[in-house]
Amino acid sequence: MSEAAAVETHEHGAMQADQLEPSLTPGSLGKLGMWSFLAGDAMTFGAAIAAYGALRIGNPNWPSPAVFLGITTTAIMTFILICSSVTMVEALGSIQTGRMARYRNFMALTVLGGLLFLGMQAFEWHHLLGEKGMSIKVDLFDATFFILTGFHGCHVFGGVVYNTVLLIRGMTGKLTQAKANLVEVAGLYWHFVDLVWILIFTFIYLI
Amino acid sequence: MTTQAAISGHEVEHSGPNYIAVFIYLSVLTAVELGVYAMGLPQVAKVGLLIALAWAKAVLVAMYFMHLAMEKRALAIIAIIPVILVTFLCFMLLPDLTTRMWTKFDHPRPVTNPAEMGAHPVAPPPMQTP
Repeated sequence: MSEAAAVETHEHGAMQADQLEPSLTPGSLGKLGMWSFLAGDAMTFGAAIAAYGALRIGNPNWPSPAVFLGITTTAIMTFILICSSVTMVEALGSIQTGRMARYRNFMALTVLGGLLFLGMQAFEWHHLLGEKGMSIKVDLFDATFFILTGFHGCHVFGGVVYNTVLLIRGMTGKLTQAKANLVEVAGLYWHFVDLVWILIFTFIYLI
Repeated sequence: MTTQAAISGHEVEHSGPNYIAVFIYLSVLTAVELGVYAMGLPQVAKVGLLIALAWAKAVLVAMYFMHLAMEKRALAIIAIIPVILVTFLCFMLLPDLTTRMWTKFDHPRPVTNPAEMGAHPVAPPPMQTP
């Protein structure tokens, strides 16, 4: 029986040997792991946003975001991140159907979208730190802004690195259709980053 | 059973939702958000609308890009628990916030010990509109 089990696990690339079959995500332990991680990360961001909300509601001197924060750049950033989510899901669809050239193109566009977002965020921070005189040390408005957007920016940076690794592996031929699950797991993280930005953009910039 | 489940997982292609349609919905919702922001509505209406729009976008991303709609129903439990807990966290802070101010710059107790100065920040100068 152990020989049969060993033959079974070698027949497909999705599951490694000696791994249990997760009932929530059959065939993909990585997906379950990523969802579990994202649940914890959602709690972290949720707590940060709740703390921001509590500080803002509890303080009658809180300035209107419109005084300091521009909408144009961040609206474009939001749109770029949404586009990169689309390219990510198209990259996943490509590798699942074995279209590796299409996968490489869409993954490259996803990485580019992430880099554009980071570049625009850096541009905005430079403007706020330099010309507007904002700083994490000035007051709670500035501190909550920089902590929330900075924490999210770190997540975007991590996602860009993650996607770049998958892009390089796709270009060198180490990532194949059999390992499409790896791209799906990375996609979960990238879409989560996009989802959190949607909420941060609304709560910090618009409300 | 393991082999069958794994093999069937490989062979089933994501026929998938129409991602371009979801992208268009997200773009339209973003545009509507910007419109609500620019309209100058009363604060309560503006906040309510913006939160509803943001959550609609978040649900679209979760359901269709993250494929939650195509996964087993029970997986949504992992996704929904943080939402419930954070919503509870926000609401459980409301009694504290609405019955007293947390950050009062004009503290009623006079500060006599210089060591305490840093703990009680002075009110910032009045905002100057650019």
